[in-house]
Amino acid sequence: MTLLDFARGPALETALAIFAFGVLWRLAALLFLPWPRERSVPRRSAPAILVGAAQSFVRHFWPRQPYLAATLFATLNSYVFHVGLAVVVFGMEQHILFLRSLFGVSWPNLPGAFITLAAILTLASLGAALVRRLTHPVLRLISTFDDYLSWLMTFLPVLSGLVAVNHLWLSYERLLALHILSVAAFLIWFPFGKLMHAFLVFLTRSETGIFYSRRGSVI
Amino acid sequence: MNGTTNAATGGTIDVKAAVRTFLAHTEEHLVSYLEGCVHCGACAEACHFHQVSGDPRHTPAYKLFPLAKAIRAQKFPLSLIAPRLTAEDLREWEELLFDTCTLCGRCTTICPMGIDIASIVGIARQAFVKAGLGPADLLAAADNSRDLGSPLGVTAEKLRERIEWLADEYEVDIHLDKPQADVLLTVSSIEMMKYPTSLVAIARILNYAGTDWTLSSKGYEATNFGYLAGKTDVARLMIARIVAAAEAVGAKTVIIPECGHAYGALRWSGANLIGRPLPFAVLHISEYLAELKRKGKLRLKPFDEPVTYHDPCQISRRGGASGEARFLLEDFAKDFREMTPSGDVNWCCGGGGGVQAIGRAAALRHKVFKIKMDQVEKTGAKMMLSSCSNCRLTLDESRLHWKWEGGLGSLVEVIADHLIEDGAPAGRDAPAAGSTAPRAS
Repeated sequence: MTLLDFARGPALETALAIFAFGVLWRLAALLFLPWPRERSVPRRSAPAILVGAAQSFVRHFWPRQPYLAATLFATLNSYVFHVGLAVVVFGMEQHILFLRSLFGVSWPNLPGAFITLAAILTLASLGAALVRRLTHPVLRLISTFDDYLSWLMTFLPVLSGLVAVNHLWLSYERLLALHILSVAAFLIWFPFGKLMHAFLVFLTRSETGIFYSRRGSVI
Repeated sequence: MNGTTNAATGGTIDVKAAVRTFLAHTEEHLVSYLEGCVHCGACAEACHFHQVSGDPRHTPAYKLFPLAKAIRAQKFPLSLIAPRLTAEDLREWEELLFDTCTLCGRCTTICPMGIDIASIVGIARQAFVKAGLGPADLLAAADNSRDLGSPLGVTAEKLRERIEWLADEYEVDIHLDKPQADVLLTVSSIEMMKYPTSLVAIARILNYAGTDWTLSSKGYEATNFGYLAGKTDVARLMIARIVAAAEAVGAKTVIIPECGHAYGALRWSGANLIGRPLPFAVLHISEYLAELKRKGKLRLKPFDEPVTYHDPCQISRRGGASGEARFLLEDFAKDFREMTPSGDVNWCCGGGGGVQAIGRAAALRHKVFKIKMDQVEKTGAKMMLSSCSNCRLTLDESRLHWKWEGGLGSLVEVIADHLIEDGAPAGRDAPAAGSTAPRAS
């Protein structure tokens, strides 16, 4: 078995299984915790629960005016990273073929040059995020092992993918194997660290939205 | 032995009790919040304490670390390797959770994950108190509430004396212990001792509008230092006293005076604390006055002075009533100037969440006031109104500290001072305010 066979086969399959079970386990562990019973009477003008949750979910996509100046760089950098990553993961032809093999659905791919540009921007924004985390006094204090490992687990697949596509330094097979292994590592780590925020954001924003909107606040 | 010695008090720090309390609150939303934090640090930009100190430890997300640590340490498989919560952790975070968080909720408005940090800090305080920690003056205020009926020692007897004096001095009917009433009014002992004219103003307006109201010596104190100090038993007791008083007089409505956290404690947490729905509506005085205005029972002379309004966090952002104060000021305050920012993203006064009662926190509180000074000065307003006596006290103390010449006032008192008293009652069987013989009934 070559390294590529191992990466494509047992490594990726195991990683996908850990990712799927891990995410489900983590969500189930949360959702089966006790839920507090709310006995206060909502304000008469309060929106329906789902409306309050949805409003909060949407509102937190962008900082409010008083905070815009202070958070503009971090916010824009975060958008460049998240959108760039989404473009690379879901817009690249090879990724779409892989996802079709898993889920049976596909969609048109984006041009290769566009994907390369997105990957470079993603790496640049990840680099900027790391520099900021290492130099900003607040971020330095509150950063944990999880933050740095999650950063690395996200950085490596994008970097290795970019290198593999451009056939740099090593043989393509070896680069592809390393890329797939880095994706496997990402998938394995995903459920156990802060990468889970991709799922948790639906809970946190919505629950806060419900909490405040029933009081009549716009948060 | 469960813990180590608390250097400040000489008592024992019971780490296990803190952990037990943390874990007793591992409800879904709390754990989602703790696990959802991406450590982006944005919350520091919204926190008034971090804003004025520049100390990274004042970052709201950092204040949650002990709770996150305690939960991680019991969660398999993390429990195999995660470090345990220590007495040193608790000692270090005590100041952060009590002195440098006003539970104002502003950090929630900036958090990209929408995490409600104030809710978690409230729970963390309970754990710290169980461990034997917490500022002595804040805890004493809670104990006074339990033992004397009020954090400032306003016993039922003292309440009666103060009311008799106020009724006599200001020639206003202040009803105490009427057997039946539609509305039960509560008081803040801060007002009773420091700003008693606030109670006079409320009494005048309620009489003017013809409201059938009373105070009750069975349950009069609206402030809830049990709620602020993390003493749930005291918080529950304070709510239970008001509920019992309201039920005894058959009140359909309980009015919270100008006090922010008292409103939050009864309106939004009261039913949860006593485990059953409240048998009455709870209205902050600004909400009640807005209701009177909508019904045409509040006729006011224009208020011409340039004025601005400070939103008490627990009434506006966390209470949902920011619109009511503005509705009251509309067409009344002819030169109303809004601060920037205001409403649901206002800057806190720096003394909410019990911080006003913590003596050692005063220096930082005064620094926070500079934010407010700057805001007011930019509006050019000569007076800043508020509808929270705790905010008023905090602002007042800091105003003196900085020798600031800006004016401070109470929304209710300004309204009472501008009632149109043309002899025609605004509501049913209402005498014009101040026109009757002094009486405490």
